[in-house]
Amino acid sequence: MARVVVDVMLRPEILDPQGKAVSQALQRLGFDGVTDVRQGKRFQITIVGELTDERLADLRRAAETLLSNPVIESYDVQAAE
Amino acid sequence: MTAVPTDRPTIDTVERAADSPDITQPWQELGLRPDEYGQLREILGRRPTSAELAMYSVMWSEHCSYKSSKVHLRQFGEQTDEMREHLLVGIGENAGVVDVGDGYAVTFKIESHNHPSYVEPYQGAATGVGGIVRDILAMGARPVAVLDSIRFGPLHAEDTHRVLPGVVAGIGGYGNCLGLPTIGGETVFDESYAGNPLVNALCVGVMRHEQIHLAKASGEGNLVVLYGARTGGDGIGGVSVLASETFSDSGPTKRPSVQVGDPFMEKLLIECTLELFAEGLVTGIQDLGGAGLSCATSELASAGDGGMRVDLDKVPLRDVSLAPEEILMSESQERMMAVVEPADIERFLEVCAKWEVEATVIGEVTAVSDEERARGGRLVIEWRGERIVDVPPRTVAHEGPVYQRPFARPEWQDDLQADSAARLPRPTTGDELAETLLRLAGSANLGDKSWVTDQYDRYVRGNTVLAQPEDAGLLRIDERTGRGVAVATDGNSRFTKLDPFTGAQLALAEACRNVAATGARPLAVTDCLNFGSPEDPDVMWQFAEATRGLAVGCRELGLPITGGNVSFYNQTGDDPILPTPVIGVLGVIDDVRRRVGIGFDRPALTLFLLGETRDELDGSEWAHVVHGHLGGRPPLVDLAAERRLADVLATAAESGLLAAAHDLSEGGVAQALVESCLRHGFGARIELGEDVDPFVALFSESAARAIVAVADEHLADFQDRCTATGVVHQRIGTTTEAGPDATFELVDQFTIPLADLHTAWRSVIPQTLTD
Amino acid sequence: MRIGVVTFPGSLDDVDAQRAAMLAGAEAVALWHGDGDLRAVDAVVLPGGFSYGDYLRCGAIARFAPVMESIIAAAQGGLPVLGICNGFQVLCESHLLPGALVRNDHQKFVCCDQLLRVENTSTLWTSGYSPAEVVTLVIKNGEGGYVADEPTLERLEGEGRVVVRYVDGNPNGSLHDIAGICNERGNVVGLMPHPEHAVDPLTGPTADGLGFFTSVLKAVAA
Repeated sequence: MARVVVDVMLRPEILDPQGKAVSQALQRLGFDGVTDVRQGKRFQITIVGELTDERLADLRRAAETLLSNPVIESYDVQAAE
Repeated sequence: MTAVPTDRPTIDTVERAADSPDITQPWQELGLRPDEYGQLREILGRRPTSAELAMYSVMWSEHCSYKSSKVHLRQFGEQTDEMREHLLVGIGENAGVVDVGDGYAVTFKIESHNHPSYVEPYQGAATGVGGIVRDILAMGARPVAVLDSIRFGPLHAEDTHRVLPGVVAGIGGYGNCLGLPTIGGETVFDESYAGNPLVNALCVGVMRHEQIHLAKASGEGNLVVLYGARTGGDGIGGVSVLASETFSDSGPTKRPSVQVGDPFMEKLLIECTLELFAEGLVTGIQDLGGAGLSCATSELASAGDGGMRVDLDKVPLRDVSLAPEEILMSESQERMMAVVEPADIERFLEVCAKWEVEATVIGEVTAVSDEERARGGRLVIEWRGERIVDVPPRTVAHEGPVYQRPFARPEWQDDLQADSAARLPRPTTGDELAETLLRLAGSANLGDKSWVTDQYDRYVRGNTVLAQPEDAGLLRIDERTGRGVAVATDGNSRFTKLDPFTGAQLALAEACRNVAATGARPLAVTDCLNFGSPEDPDVMWQFAEATRGLAVGCRELGLPITGGNVSFYNQTGDDPILPTPVIGVLGVIDDVRRRVGIGFDRPALTLFLLGETRDELDGSEWAHVVHGHLGGRPPLVDLAAERRLADVLATAAESGLLAAAHDLSEGGVAQALVESCLRHGFGARIELGEDVDPFVALFSESAARAIVAVADEHLADFQDRCTATGVVHQRIGTTTEAGPDATFELVDQFTIPLADLHTAWRSVIPQTLTD
Repeated sequence: MRIGVVTFPGSLDDVDAQRAAMLAGAEAVALWHGDGDLRAVDAVVLPGGFSYGDYLRCGAIARFAPVMESIIAAAQGGLPVLGICNGFQVLCESHLLPGALVRNDHQKFVCCDQLLRVENTSTLWTSGYSPAEVVTLVIKNGEGGYVADEPTLERLEGEGRVVVRYVDGNPNGSLHDIAGICNERGNVVGLMPHPEHAVDPLTGPTADGLGFFTSVLKAVAA
């Protein structure tokens, strides 16, 4: 069993109202120095067997086609220990 | 199948329980009283197994057993022939069912989800909606609409800003995703709900008479199927005490105290279940709500003519570390249990597969001997091949403890009633009256609620004819004939505090009036009784009085109570909430095209005030908003007058005589006129007559009243009907032009631009919540 | 004339879309997400709702349903396709329409009656409206903010492919007040507002939405 983590974030140019609200709330609560918050999604994927380069490439394709929408989102695929 | 954990815990079997009578059990931690535990041992003739202890403790809790309220609720069962006329299924099933004509049956019920909504507002409110929808589905009906009656602390309070947006988003998030229109309800603010919000959700369902299904296990050899979401550790709280005892070294994983709803799963469950009904594949059905499998198995087995045997290992789990006690207790959402004939099981599973709903046979209906039946039937549950439950299910589900809680009229009640609002200074000049009117229209309870209701889908399914801010939600149920139902919920906890008997009747009367104002005829009642601790004799007196008032009121109005819910222990520390009976009334209308809205839709309509106005300002919104005062006696209740008023409203609507109708309640004539004007932007010119006190006329909250707008051609006909029915009717003015110059004018007193009224009324909630 | 209405798990306004098609005079044909057979329909409506719970992204999973493969192919061949709300999101996810829909700028679900201007009356779904006609339809969405990059927006505007635009207030932060767009050919239209909820003043704000369905009926008959 191996684990892969896919992080999906809104592209920087896309408005993120949730992140904005969190950022404002942090400032209200006195967490100074926060200038921006972006909220994203994290997928923890468990696969059988070992994580080969081929499997990782497969999962990159999954991230590209299903887990993210490239029009508004970017993604990052990492093996997790 | 999931693997059986290797470090098997000791299983507390029935045999082991019989052999070890002296083991100490954590009945106290589970909320049982010494005499209740004793009663339990007596029923079983031995000590309970830990699984049985879990089942009984939750089923005998206040929430499930109604042990403090039962003696009072019995009054609701005393029905006259008039009340039984339309009743198809009464109290005791998942929800009551009434006949609404043309072969249609409607089921509806209101339920509370107060405490969970305080702990986690979004999920608490969302799962509240989910739970009541499954109750309605379990009757065989397609759920068609939701109403939500919600109460919070003061609008400006910090905690309200945490709780309210979450609750509203949760109701919307769940209801919208299910595809059920939210067509009404209330949003109320009062100090006493700070730290104890009320979230009461009502669901309406429609079916044909022959589609009514009941929760019963019948037919030896029939299969018991659990379908829907998997079972996880949701909401099992206290029962973990047992789990940690029976688990060996590796303790259970952390159990979430908050249940999380999955509306998508529920939508599939609805469509799947309706298809199962349509194909005739269901013999008996029960939803899984509070107390989960414990409740569903014991209630199904207790009703019907059979017993039940369940293999708990077959229950599909989300968390394989769950102990059997926890599986029995889990309140995981979006699950149903059906009894299915063996010949139908293949097709049943196919339909579930079509909707991608997991379904598993977990047991069967067993034969019961006469002797067993006399003891309350028989429910056997097995785990890892061992018998861990063997009980008469009726003793679990229906024959729990019943208490006569002591109650007494509170010492402070006389002082409260003596402190009338009559001593408060009243506005006298035209300017003062105008200022008062604006202030009330812009107060939290009377101001525009669209910040809340615009977060709910009211259009889905295309049958919503009226929705908030109308007096009642009105829904078409037959597109060909136009047959429809109207539903309203109301409660006035300030009146109820002043006099619980009268306050409950006023809520009932108001809900009826709201239904009648749309042109529908009231048919049946559901109630959600929100009170403080039943162990407090003051609170218990409020409860006893309110239920008595409700029972008497329903008899006088000829309306059956078909079901509902009691929520006790609503208090912050020792301070109980205001006693809050919330009443839902269902009405029927032959043709929804004859419905009447609250809004004035053209100029030159004649306005009538129906009913008698008295100097009744104790407990009013005026006393609350302007003086922060609560004291005196609530308005008089005259149910015969309410019946006459409802009759005139419904028949006049049927004949198409009414251009608009609006019930009078909080804020009196002034507020009703404000709302009717602002609905479509038409003004009004009001003349009260010379010997009338304008303050009382505008702000009194006398019951059994409404305002109607009538076009010239119907004036004579309408007045004749009022006279014939014996409804006092008084011309109070006309509607005037719309547009930027529209005004609200009280002749000889004041003229307010409608635009100013609109601003005051519209802005109070968004301005406070959006910061 | 047969108008197909797709039901995905979690579709909600499918019954409404079927009713609207029938009121317009068409035969409504139910299409099931798991079945690629389009049953010889002359047009397709992807209705509103929360397909697959919208848990990943609105419309993201529905796009891969077997029925969508057939619809994508047929749409490229000219089949009239209307995506309403969730259906619009599915069309964007399928790349039949450019851009995407993101969470409303005020972060709340909003259900209200909304004024709109019909900007393009040459599509198969809007030919029955008069140019710049202002109509009232229902909007109800939590993720209805239309976004696209600047070149795409320029192209949409330049080619007249903004079909409906919000007037008198933008309810969700959509760029350029865009409520609905079409593809180059004008056979595929997606919009956030719900024409199917405005087909009878008894149950909707107006009957202004019926025009979408009568337009396509006329276009197909021609």
